[in-house]
Parts: sequence; structure tokens; C-alpha cells
Amino acid sequence: MPETSIQASSMPSSQTPGLRPEGPGQEDSPSVAAVEARDFSFWYGGSRALNDITLTVPERKVTALIGPSGCGKSTFLRSINRMNDLIPGTRHDGEILIRGTSVYRGDQDVVELRKRVGMVFQKSNPFPKSIYDNVAYGARVNGVARGRRALDEIVERSLRQAALWDEVKDRLDRSALGLSGGQQQRLCIARALAVQPDVLLMDEPASALDPIATQKIEELVYELKTDYTIVIVTHNMQQAARVSDMTAFFYMGQLVEIGRTDDIFTNPREERTEAYITGRFG
Amino acid sequence: MQPIPEEAGVTAGPARSPVARLAPAFARGNLADRVYGLTLLAMGLTIPVLLAFLLFRVGVSALPALREFGWGFVTGTDWNPVESQFGALPFIFGTLASSLLAVVIAVPLAVGLAIFLTELAPRWLAAPIAFGTELLAAIPSVVYGLWGIFVMVPWLRRTIQEPLANTLGDTIPLFRGPAYGVSILAAGVILAIMIVPFISAVSREVLAAVPRVQREGALALGATRWEMTWQVVLPYATPGIIGAVILGLGRALGETMAVTMVIGNRPDITASLFAPGYTMASVLANEFAEASTDLYLAALMEIALILFGITIVVNTFARLMVWRVARRGGR
Amino acid sequence: MAGGAQGGAVSAPAAIQWRDRRRRLTNVVMLTLTGVAALLTVVPLVLILVHLFTAGLSSVNLDFFTRLPAPVGEPGGGMGNAILGTVFLVGLAGLLGLPVAIGAGLYLAESEGSRLANGIRFLTDVMNGIPSIVVGIFVWAWVVVSMGHFSAFAGGVALAIMLLPMVTRTTEEMVRLVPRELREGGLALGFTRWRTTLGIVLPAARSGILTGVLVSLARIAGETAPLLFTAFVNPYWGWSLDQPIAALPVQIFQYATSPFEEWHRLAWAASLVLIGLVLAVSLAARFLIRSPYKDR
Repeated sequence: MPETSIQASSMPSSQTPGLRPEGPGQEDSPSVAAVEARDFSFWYGGSRALNDITLTVPERKVTALIGPSGCGKSTFLRSINRMNDLIPGTRHDGEILIRGTSVYRGDQDVVELRKRVGMVFQKSNPFPKSIYDNVAYGARVNGVARGRRALDEIVERSLRQAALWDEVKDRLDRSALGLSGGQQQRLCIARALAVQPDVLLMDEPASALDPIATQKIEELVYELKTDYTIVIVTHNMQQAARVSDMTAFFYMGQLVEIGRTDDIFTNPREERTEAYITGRFG
Repeated sequence: MQPIPEEAGVTAGPARSPVARLAPAFARGNLADRVYGLTLLAMGLTIPVLLAFLLFRVGVSALPALREFGWGFVTGTDWNPVESQFGALPFIFGTLASSLLAVVIAVPLAVGLAIFLTELAPRWLAAPIAFGTELLAAIPSVVYGLWGIFVMVPWLRRTIQEPLANTLGDTIPLFRGPAYGVSILAAGVILAIMIVPFISAVSREVLAAVPRVQREGALALGATRWEMTWQVVLPYATPGIIGAVILGLGRALGETMAVTMVIGNRPDITASLFAPGYTMASVLANEFAEASTDLYLAALMEIALILFGITIVVNTFARLMVWRVARRGGR
Repeated sequence: MAGGAQGGAVSAPAAIQWRDRRRRLTNVVMLTLTGVAALLTVVPLVLILVHLFTAGLSSVNLDFFTRLPAPVGEPGGGMGNAILGTVFLVGLAGLLGLPVAIGAGLYLAESEGSRLANGIRFLTDVMNGIPSIVVGIFVWAWVVVSMGHFSAFAGGVALAIMLLPMVTRTTEEMVRLVPRELREGGLALGFTRWRTTLGIVLPAARSGILTGVLVSLARIAGETAPLLFTAFVNPYWGWSLDQPIAALPVQIFQYATSPFEEWHRLAWAASLVLIGLVLAVSLAARFLIRSPYKDR
């Protein structure tokens, strides 16, 4: 990714355009942010994918990451739960903190981290097990619940939270692979919720779904935010506008602007943000 | 093909221990993961360890013969256990002759079959024929040998060897009689039957991998189907097919039972296809149990070593060819 | 294509017409030849199967499965011990070889880019190409000489060595086929690497691995050469690890190369039974084992 000299990269974080610590939206968040990035940079081998990203994700809100393809939003998302570790030859600089604890600290156990941060992928990936087992497996292994009754409760609760319970309650023993695409994705959400994470990361969760299934997912996200902090990557701006409280606009590895969704979409401060939102590129 | 990535280090890690360097996937993570990784590594290592041990064991056992005969072992034509004379050339000759003959017979058949199945045959015909070749591949070697002794060899002698020997035997050394039936020819034919399914299966995959655009391009230019196959598809697939053929050769070289039962087991080097012969694998099968002296045993071990070496070289070469095709064809 | 032009306008010169006819003739001839090749390869199969049935079916009776071989030259008898021996040896080989092979296959599938793993993969392919008689001789020098006598155990070891590279490669290939998202999904839930592999990836690859295992077991059931100097022969019932044991392929070889008509007849019957066994297992593996992902 070519490095363009944009003011954002050479300015210290407190003066990064678009991020106003005292601005509206940031006022409402509690003192310890759910997720916080400080001058976080990331490289795939020799090419730089993220450039000194500094942002704060408030608790119990939906924060959307938007931007054109290749802008680094997915890379950033996957850095939060260190899924990028799976790719050889990567390196990073700066910090990401979850509830004040650094994610990349030397002794941080990646496995523990991923128990606290749930992820839903672009392409639904249910395990080749029954619907019940898909949801219960993670809970059982991670010690969230043991014993048949506790697991039953967790399974029902998670499936209800994912708005899937009514559709599958009579066939929990059937294979998860028999569900439709939209149902599978909600199952994956239920599975992630069953582990009771602090933060839920969603990487374009509806992009492979039809409009009706997409709508269901969006409603789901809107409801979930009362209990969970959600960071969602989407290439669909209307979706971001519908669903999120905060929006961050990424472009070419940089965080161009972040703020309340209403503000970003009606009155963006950066020219590039406005250009993207009005569809002049992307 | 989905490569499964390892957990790579992010930023500079601590000094890499030998385990970390050799098996980076297993050098980090909690204790359970490390134990798991090491267990898998140990299981993976059994293969090279076994191979090395095999080489060692057979090699050491062959030492007396290696010392006694040196290079003369490979060039000597006299195999006389009673007098402790051990020259292995007849067996090397028999192995090479029967295997090469098998390849010569098998390649046109196998490639023709492959072309027929990929280009020509309608689905209702292709499926049973493909199934048939799979069945052929599943038949054990000893059953081929059984059929060879009692059905193929007599037929070969009656219908091919005797007529040819009587008519052309005096002029063409290849066909010189007497026609015993059991012969290099018989071994070559039965080996050919055994390796055709394999060569054809790999060739089919290679042919199927030729991109559609190539075929359609040729046809659009007005080529006949044969011309398209011969001038466009085959050249594209040739390296892969050659790899398949060499792999088939490797199989033929190591084949034991069927060959032993139809080759006649006589350690002679003759020019005639109709004469009995003896392969390295056959002499091992026949005489190993009777090796009375240490030198006899060592000589047989040395033959095993030579056979092992030849098959490894041939197989490695074949795999390199196939691997090169796989890389090239990944467009 | 320049066909016969009607009346007026364009008429292709005679030379081109002749060349076209020749091309079409070549086309038909060569394509027919490939059909002939296909036929020729199927013919031996038909001949073998037909002969197996006609020569062997009559001798496949209850006696065959339950009796011991009769003394030399006497009629009757069966190959019950050889059938049992083959089953026993294959089971033993599976016990010895399958765990290691599946582990090695997992190792290869999970170690992407490691030079050691690439080397081991290469050596596995090399091992697949070792002549079976050489394996038999190796196990003789290793196990039989150490034990001082032939034994079923040695036979099991020899067959296990043949099994090992086969199952390692098929396991590796099947595990690689599991979609990457499945593994990522497991890791993202906070599963350790071993739990992700053993609890999610391996079950997903289960049917493919099973197919590979069954097909490989069927293949080693038909092997003769590795057993000649390890399990040797045994005319009696027996399943002691410590003693030689009869096996169907070895028995066939002995009987086929003997001078007795009666034994030849039994060899055909034994071949029929052996092929039946091998085919039944191979076909079952192909058609009965369904992957959970098959119908996606």
C-alpha cells in the first residue's frame, strides 16, 4: 500500500483530524474504553497496511469501520483479537488495549484474549455438528457452563439473543449445515455470544447474505448493543448509517475521521470522508 | 489446496530455539499445545527414521558382499550360489528389460485410454470404463500372477511366441525360440496390464487440467478433435504424462509376485523376448529363504539395496517432473 | 468448412478438399484407436474376473472357509486359517500403523512452509515407492532375526510399514481440504490449537480420512511379498503374535506355484475370496462414507 503523505500520519494523536476527545459522542463513553488503539501500525511483510491508528471504541455501542476495499479496516479488526497472527511475516507497532489491557503484551495469552473477544466472519463457518453442539461446544470448552442443564440454558439464551431460537428450537439435533445462509450466520453469532465475550467483532457479517437476511442481522446488531460492545466492518454505508453509533472512516491504511455516526454522515469534517460518503469513489 | 498457516511471531520474538526453528508452528502457545505439537512432530519423524534405519540395516547386511565383490557385483553375469559366485547383472538386466517393455506396451494403451475417457466417451460409457480401471488397480499382484501362469502364458506361447519364433526366429534375435511361454515378454505384458490403470489415472487428471480455453481455441480455428488433442492438449499435458509414465516405471521395477510367477526365473541375459529371465525382486522372493551362507545372504541383501536405490531414483525423478507440472499449471 | 460447393460462386481447389478428407480420416482413425486402447485395457479385467469365477467359484464353499489345508496331494481341505490370518495381520498392521500415520498426516497438514515438513513429505512419497519385497527383507533383518523366528508380529510390522506412507498422505490431503474458515472460527472462539484441530478440523475431515484408511487397508490385505519372510506360513489355525501365521496371498502363491491340480483349484478359489474382500472394502469406502460437506 503506497504511503501517501497525509497530515494525519505526521501529527501526534491528540491532534489527529477527526478525533476530538472533547467532542460529542466521546463525552458519553465511560472512562475506560472498551477498545482503544494508540498509534497502531501493521505490516504484511514489507508493505504497510495500517498507519498510526488511534481511536477509541466506546462500551456498549456499535462502532462501524467503513472505507473502500483495501483501506485496512478488516486488518484493524483482525488485529484486535490477533487473528492476524495466523499470517506469517507480519509485524506491528503501537498498542491496542482492551479495557485498558494491552493485547500485544508479551505475556498475553492469545487463547484467553480470544475468549474475551468474539468474532463473526464474513462467510459463515458453522462447525459440522448439530445446531446445539455448535453453540454449546465453545461454552463447554471454555468453562462457561458445565453440565447438561447449564448448557441448555446457555444454548437457549444465545440462540434467543441471536434471534434464531424460534426457528431452530425443534431441531437442535440436526446438522447446522442444513440451515440457510442467513440462519447459519445467526448461528455463528449465537456461538460467539455463548462464550460471553466482552467485545464482539463482526467482519462484514451480512455481505454474503440476501437483503432479507441482511436486515435480520442488522436488527440483531442493533439489539445486541445493549449488552455488548460491537465493532463492525462494513462496505455498505447505508448499513453503517442504520446500525452504528460511532463510525470510523479508513482510507489507505489511515484513520481519516471518527465520530458520531450522525455527524459523519451529515456533516463530515474531512474532504475525503465527504467524497467517500457521497459516492465519489469507493 | 488450503495451506494452513502457523501462528507466526509478531514483531521480533525471543531467540529461536532449535524446536522453534524446525517446527515454528509448535513452538509457542501453552503447555498443552506444545505437547501436542511435539507429539505430532515425533510421529512425523518416524518416517525418515524408518527409512534411515532400513537403509542402514540392509546396507550393513550387504557389506560382506560389497567388500567381496565390489563393482564386479554389478557387472558379473555369473550367479552361482553353490560356488559362491555372485554376479547381479542378469537380474538388473531382467528388471530393466521387463519394466521397459512394460512401459513401451503400456504407454500407448494408457494414454489412449486417458484420451478416450476425457475427450471422447459419453458419460454413460466413461463411468463404467473408469470404474473398470479402478478395479484393475485393486487386484493383488499374486492374483495377476496366478492368472498369468495358467491363462496368459499358455495363450502367449500358443498365439504369439510359437508362430513368431517359427517364422522369424532365425532372422530376428528378439523372436528367437524356443518358446517357453514364461519369458521376459510374459513379464512385460503382465506388468503392462498392471501399470496401465495407474498411468491412465494420472494422465486423465493431467488432461482434465488443460484449460478449456486452449481446447476451444483450437476447435474454433477449425481443427478436428484429434488435431486439437494431438497438437494442443497433449503438448500441454506432456510433462505431467511423462511424470506419470516414469512413476509407472517405478512401480514396474519394484513389482514382485506377478513377475516371479511368469518370468521363468533363469538368470540369463539373452536378446530374445521369448527367453526366460530373472528380476531382482524375483530372485529375492525365490532365494532369500534358502540363503545358506553368509555371503549368499549378503549378496541378496546387496541386490535388495540396488533395487531400493533404483526405485528411489526413478520415483524421485518422476515426482520432480510432476511437481514441476503442478507449479506450471497453477495459472 | 469447404464442402461441396453448390454451383457458382466458391469452389475449393481439389488440393484442399483432398487434405480435408485426409484430416477427417485421420481424425476418425485416431479416435477409433483410442477406443481400441480403452477396449484393450478392459479386456484383461474381464478375462481375469471371468476366469476367477469359472475356475474358483465351485471351490468356494463352507469347507473353504472353515477347514484347514489338507495334507499334500490329498483332496479337500480349505483355507480357513489363511482367511483368518489375513484379517488378523491387517488388524495388527492397522493397530501399529494407523495412529502414527494419522498423526504424521496431521503434522504435515499443519506445518505449512516448514522445511522439515517438506522434507518429510518428500520422504513419505519415497517410502510409498519402496518395493514391497525390500520392506519384507528389512523387517526380516530387524524383527525376525531379533526374535529368532518368523512371527505374526513381524508380518504385522511389515504391513504396517507399507500402510504408513499411504495413510499419512491421504490424511494430510483430507485435512487440507477442510475450509480454512472452520479453523479460524475455532481459534476465534478461544480454542487452543490442539482442540481446534482435534475437535473441529479432524471431525470435519473424518469421512475422507476414513475412506483413505479403508482403501489402504484393502491394499495391504493383498500384499504377498512383505509376508514371505516375516509371517511366513502356517498350515494350522493360530493367532499368536509369536508364531508364523497363514495369509491368503501367501497361500495363493504357494498353491499356484505347486505341481498339484487340487491346489491350483484352491488357489483360484482363494483369489476369488481375496478379491471379493478387497473390492468389498474399497467400494464400501467409496460409496458409504459421506462427508458432512458433500451436499453443500
